[in-house]
Amino acid sequence: MFRTRPDARPATIAVFVEDATVLVPEGASAAAAVLLAGHAAIRETAVTGSPRGPLCLMGVCFDCLAEIDGVPNRQACMVPAVAGMRIARQRGARAARP
Amino acid sequence: MTTRRAEAIVVGGGLVGAAIALGLRDQGIDTLLLDEGDIAFRASRGNFGLVWVQSKGLGAPWYQRWTRNSAGAWPALAADLAARTGIDTALQQPGGISLCLSEAEFEDRSRRMAQMRDEAGNFGFEYRMIRADELRDMLPGLGPTVAGGSFTPYDGHAGPLPLLRALHRAFTDAGGAYIPNAKVAGATAAPHDFRVETAAGAFAAPRIVLAAGLGNADLAPIFGLQAPVRPQKGQVLVTERAQTILPLPMTSIRQTAEGSIMMGESQEEVGFDLTQATPVMAQIAERAVRAFPWIAELNIVRAWSALRVMAPDGLPIYDQSERCPGAFTANCHSGVTLAGAHARVLAPMIAAGSLDPSLQPFSAKRFDVQNAA
Repeated sequence: MFRTRPDARPATIAVFVEDATVLVPEGASAAAAVLLAGHAAIRETAVTGSPRGPLCLMGVCFDCLAEIDGVPNRQACMVPAVAGMRIARQRGARAARP
Repeated sequence: MTTRRAEAIVVGGGLVGAAIALGLRDQGIDTLLLDEGDIAFRASRGNFGLVWVQSKGLGAPWYQRWTRNSAGAWPALAADLAARTGIDTALQQPGGISLCLSEAEFEDRSRRMAQMRDEAGNFGFEYRMIRADELRDMLPGLGPTVAGGSFTPYDGHAGPLPLLRALHRAFTDAGGAYIPNAKVAGATAAPHDFRVETAAGAFAAPRIVLAAGLGNADLAPIFGLQAPVRPQKGQVLVTERAQTILPLPMTSIRQTAEGSIMMGESQEEVGFDLTQATPVMAQIAERAVRAFPWIAELNIVRAWSALRVMAPDGLPIYDQSERCPGAFTANCHSGVTLAGAHARVLAPMIAAGSLDPSLQPFSAKRFDVQNAA
């Protein structure tokens, strides 16, 4: 569904989206990795469990919340992808960790 | 200009006005609910959402009784609103805790709670001072420096916004008329004969209830009443939603039905100023993290401030005008806690035409120089 623009930006950074390896160009966001991996949704809402995926890609809609490197509820569109990053589905409300 | 007539006018569409308007409507009274507009200060929309008993009425046992009776009326109110409107007000009354973050706070709290019980007399006041060791079993991840807390079984919490929506819905479904953008610009008052002018038209009725929050201060004198209320700013911080972890509400921290953790207990005397500033927000966050260190890991997603409607002694004011019988005021900063009493106890009194003598101590006459001496 999504492809990178045909700029000369080689996809060289390997990240994991739901444990599958995805290559993204340097400077891409974690949300871009989610879309390139072919996921329409990366979270389930806290109240009704409705599936949601990256939408605004500019930090406004909060629909791209994901667990990134073990930290829940991060806005994937605001997080630059780095090699080895693990992006996982945010399933409903996060746990508080006493 | 034509004047719309009804049997009662309620000025103020917040939690206090809407609860009273619904109560009047349920007594069969044709009621108009006049609301200001989006420029209003809207204390109801900044409310923290406690249905709180244990801290209310120290030195004023009549307020303790009024508050506890209101908490007691809440389950029936919530069930009634849910049945009529389908709106869940998220009421939970598992008891509540006031945390003490130091030994000094614990001792101070112990004294206050003992005084509350003494003043309750035959009405009784059940409470326990709980030391940190035992409290740790009740509250997950309690901070190492917490000294303890006071528990009473009367406390609880609810969603202020669903409550406000449910009161409005039930009121209009029952045939009440809600008039928005109707700030009172002028009024005339004679016994059982009141007329108000607003941008939304003129309205007249033999009964009027002033429930306009901070607006009551200016309105009340027109009707031969006093409502010396002042704004007191409170700030609230709200975290992202988390899985339910807190089993009961505390005075300054509660987890909503949908998982957000709300924090706040600030009191600032700064007039009509809603500015939010980091010093107070940092203080709120710091105390919350001392209580529950794990809160520090949660993201804050919202913060707001609102203005409490405070009488000089912090207690509600309820009055009927002597000069213009039929005019009442209702003023308080506990629109959620007191919703039960306002809808189900106060409104029937207003409908019947006089306040019960048990409400006498809430009269603004207590601020007269003769009485205050």
